[in-house]
Amino acid sequence: MGIADITFYAFAITLLGAGFLVTIARNPVHSVLWLILTFLSAAGMFVLLGAEFMAMLLIIVYVGAVAVLFLFVVMMLDVNFAALRGEMARYFPLAAVVGIVLLMQMALLFGSWQEADGARALRQAPTPDMAEMHNTKALGMIIYDQYFLLFQVAGLILLVAMIGAIVLTLRHRKDVKRQDVVAQMHRDPAKAMELKDIKPGQGLG
Amino acid sequence: MVGLEHYLTVAAALFVIGIFGIFLNRKNIIIILMSIELILLSVNINLVAFSSFLNDLVGQVFTMFVLTVAAAEAAIGLAILVCFFRNRGTIDVEDVNVMKG
Repeated sequence: MGIADITFYAFAITLLGAGFLVTIARNPVHSVLWLILTFLSAAGMFVLLGAEFMAMLLIIVYVGAVAVLFLFVVMMLDVNFAALRGEMARYFPLAAVVGIVLLMQMALLFGSWQEADGARALRQAPTPDMAEMHNTKALGMIIYDQYFLLFQVAGLILLVAMIGAIVLTLRHRKDVKRQDVVAQMHRDPAKAMELKDIKPGQGLG
Repeated sequence: MVGLEHYLTVAAALFVIGIFGIFLNRKNIIIILMSIELILLSVNINLVAFSSFLNDLVGQVFTMFVLTVAAAEAAIGLAILVCFFRNRGTIDVEDVNVMKG
């Protein structure tokens, strides 16, 4: 067993263990931290597979954005998580049955499939040789060329998601004083203040 | 030697863990969203594994699109969650019956 195999098994075991702990962790903050470990292990597996760009993207997008977003929401919401966990034992048998059935169905497929004869000829974008072009450049050549429309649509999805999230969570608080620029600009100095000539020794009275 | 089957097995196990998490945490929508992320991650592992072993880059391109949709879904889901929490003061999914006809 070479060093690559040992690395694969280390990442795989970490991935599955952390993934399982995400679902059963007592504290949601711990769940998010296990989720981060899961993503990091998956990124390691992607590096082993030769998909370096995807590995870095996984770390940047998932660990840097999604997991932090989860962490932020978990800490911001003042939720009684103990009450939500109360009935976990009740759901455990159903969850175990569903999980085992799914696992057995996938095990039935294991080893019983085979590659079609013409499958290799149907490849859309054969990976160029590593010495000739590295993974990121090769991906860029495809994304900005053959899949440009899909790439733009992906950007549009992100834009819609961003606007949607802002619209959903923005609220106008009534009890906060805000700057009203138009009212400020239309303020007339002549009406806003008054000059008074006060004689010495006299009050304003 | 680690082959395609090893990666597919890991991805299948992660998928099952995700489904298991959804059923186990029926009340806590935050964990449900995290389980959905796990499921999408397992799909990504499948795509990248096939891409690597078949020497076809399209799998990685589609991994990127799955990643995009997963990020958008998480953002919208958490926004809805925050909105719901403000209105109801809880995130119990079983209380979500406002729109019941």
